Amino acid sequence: MNEKKSLLKNPSVQAILTSLLCVVLGLFIGYIVLLIINPSGAGKAIQTILMNFMMRSSPAARLKALGNTLAKTAPLLMCALSICFCYKVGLFNIGAAGQYEMGACLGLYAAIALKMPWYVCLILAAIGGALLGAITGFLKAYRNVNEVISGIMLNWIALYVTNTILSGEKTKDIASPYTLKLSSVNKGGLIPSFGLDKLFSNNSTVTIAIPFAVVAAIIIWIILSKTKFGYELKATGYNKQAAKYAGMRENRNIIVTLAIGGALAGIGAAFLFLTGYQEWSVTQSSVPSMGFNGIAATFLGGLHPLGTILSSFFIQNITDGGALIDKSIYPSQISDLISALIIYFCGFVLFFKLQINKFIAKKEERNKAKEIMAAEGGDKK
Amino acid sequence: MDTPYAIEMLNITKRFPGIIANDNVTIQLKKGEIHALLGENGAGKSTLMSVLFGLYQAEEGIIKKDGKEVKIKDPNDANDLGIGMVHQHFKLVQCFTVLQNIILGVETTKNGILQMDEARKKVMDLSDRYGLSVDPDALIEDITVGMQQRTEILKMLYRDNEILIFDEPTAVLTPQEIKELMQIMKNLAAEGKSILFISHKLNEIMEVADRVTVLRRGKYVGTVDVKGTTQEELSRMMVGRDVQLVVEKEPSHPKDVVLKIENMTVASKVHNNNAVKNVSLEVRSGEIVCIAGIDGNGQTEFVYGVTGLEPLVSGKITLCGQDITNAPIRERYKEMSHIPEDRHKHGLVLDYPLEYNMVLQRYFEPDFTSKSGFLKKKEIRGYSGKLEQDFDVRSGQGSVTIARSMSGGNQQKAIIARELDKEHTLLVAVQPTRGLDVGAIEGVHRHLIEERDNGKAVLLVSLELEEVMNVSDRILVMYEGEIVAELDPKETTVEELGLYMSGAKRQGKEA
Repeated sequence: MNEKKSLLKNPSVQAILTSLLCVVLGLFIGYIVLLIINPSGAGKAIQTILMNFMMRSSPAARLKALGNTLAKTAPLLMCALSICFCYKVGLFNIGAAGQYEMGACLGLYAAIALKMPWYVCLILAAIGGALLGAITGFLKAYRNVNEVISGIMLNWIALYVTNTILSGEKTKDIASPYTLKLSSVNKGGLIPSFGLDKLFSNNSTVTIAIPFAVVAAIIIWIILSKTKFGYELKATGYNKQAAKYAGMRENRNIIVTLAIGGALAGIGAAFLFLTGYQEWSVTQSSVPSMGFNGIAATFLGGLHPLGTILSSFFIQNITDGGALIDKSIYPSQISDLISALIIYFCGFVLFFKLQINKFIAKKEERNKAKEIMAAEGGDKK
Repeated sequence: MDTPYAIEMLNITKRFPGIIANDNVTIQLKKGEIHALLGENGAGKSTLMSVLFGLYQAEEGIIKKDGKEVKIKDPNDANDLGIGMVHQHFKLVQCFTVLQNIILGVETTKNGILQMDEARKKVMDLSDRYGLSVDPDALIEDITVGMQQRTEILKMLYRDNEILIFDEPTAVLTPQEIKELMQIMKNLAAEGKSILFISHKLNEIMEVADRVTVLRRGKYVGTVDVKGTTQEELSRMMVGRDVQLVVEKEPSHPKDVVLKIENMTVASKVHNNNAVKNVSLEVRSGEIVCIAGIDGNGQTEFVYGVTGLEPLVSGKITLCGQDITNAPIRERYKEMSHIPEDRHKHGLVLDYPLEYNMVLQRYFEPDFTSKSGFLKKKEIRGYSGKLEQDFDVRSGQGSVTIARSMSGGNQQKAIIARELDKEHTLLVAVQPTRGLDVGAIEGVHRHLIEERDNGKAVLLVSLELEEVMNVSDRILVMYEGEIVAELDPKETTVEELGLYMSGAKRQGKEA
């Protein structure tokens, strides 16, 4: 009994429990919606969403599909890390989407128009994101502009800047809205696989971006929890005035934080577009969802850099799985709806945590009362 | 059965993780008496009252009202039993009027329409009866803290509460308002209300209370009649040893000038005028210089200017022979320690554990950060543990306790420990004893004098006249941003000091 109690009280166990609860609730309500639309296929649809690549017929196809999901997990994880890192410093980096766009812009331009090797493109993508993040940081630090407001504005500015820059003849055919395929114009601009593609039935989009993203999560975790740099950043996030009192350069810390966050999101974009998984469409008129899904992954991951590794994979998995459900029965939006529900419930993570703690406290009180009653009863005999 | 007691809390035990806040505590409140509850910070006074008010549930012990056992599960139960509480931080709606605040939650309505006239009549009757004059139509945000407190008292009376709890009610009041409150409390008791008065100010307890119950470290020490006791005895009961209310010290031997301020002017954040105007002063090693004054006369901005939290408009500051007028904060702190006025705003990162707060000014030193930039967690914990022991900082879980969950007095002790242990030649201490009890105040004063005797320069900013008179070697009075007098505490009186502080008198300008 005692062991179980202390296990429930453990913050990491709590984080995992609450995240699982979000997922279950989201799936449950999604299931109800599916039942309302068409009861006969609901079970199958939910299964498809959860199983995703496992639904493929042959082992080779399964591996290939898993490779696709992983390839898209890497950029999502980078966006989630961007948001998670800033969140730990007390900043809500909703501008990750814009920083992601700038990363795509500089990364793709360098790769397609300038024919640069992939690592240079990667660095430029990081710089692009970092610059945009630094603008938000600067406004926050010196003009006290809320980072959410300026972040959202910059998301749109960055989107159209990217569209404009990538519309040039060097990066795009006139006939198509998509940028030129990297595999045909600059193979050196593609992030290499170093044999990883062989493990996933020759899926060429599986590259070293995936292990790199996981390593990035570990590095972020180490920086935040073990270094002097992380100590300063978190102190600034918790209490800017105290950070100033302690002689930290609190304004610089805010800018640096958002610049790092921006670099992470920028690299995220490179991890998608420099793998050849997808091309940038210069006619798109909505901010890419990657940055926003990153928010969901951050919260579902319990606001922990290592937690975001799993949550990013999960969210990408249900997104991909959702695309596979039977479109003759269900509208294609249903997968978005279910992932949106789960994401929505992620917002309740803290609420669930509170409830768990309340539940524990009540149980303890009750047990104590029982013990006392038992003791008193014993006395009387 | 007839009983003289309005409320009895018998053998109450309340535990929190790592700490027993109340250990078998008993308090019996007679009808119509003023009963003081005395104890150091963290002695368990607030916890005990929270149990009575239904905010916490005690693990053991019973509560009796008029001799009958009762269960109080939440503040509503307490209310039904006629128990009311004036919290230290008022619970009022700022943009409502006094009257609206008083009736909030117990409005009389007819068909859903508020019946304000009846309420107004009852409030006015109550205010006449107990001498609590208030303007029922004034907005809370417009009235003084004293008036707000009266509103809180009227709130309790309006609900026909018989048992009134006052949680450190004088902490926020001016001396004049304190006098009035004491009178109001006596009126209430004379009308048959029973009052529990939480305080650690001995003189107030001596003046107003009939009996006093003393707690120490969560344990019940005793209950005594105020008439048969003295302040010394009470403080001994509270702290567990003899306390010197006045710390003894040798005459000072000032040596070299450590801090030199020339014509310093600092802007105000509140108004367009300068908060500190053309101030010049010197602090030498081996002396305690005290800036005295009524709150809001530029002391805060003066300290911000010296410590670098705000830039100067003009002037020059020299510390240990170096011009630090425009130096960044960390540069200044090489020679300076600073106990800030507001421990929550500046002094602590409340969401960090205690150990991280203990190294807030030193975390970057090689002792705590390796060359590669990693924190040396083992060293940090060891250092924090040492400071906690040396300065008697108490907390639920030791070094890993989150600072926010510590009592105010222990938070202050942690800051003092950190700042005194750090390398420094000058100590800037701003209201270092704010919110501390006599035992802790004695300790802080002893530390300040020790600093002085070790050849440090001490610049003390204080609002407490007793502290100013007892501790300092030289008093500078600040009034409206200017130094209006320099006094020797041995040759001046509290009355004279008061005249300078209120601006009725100033040196040098009469002629």
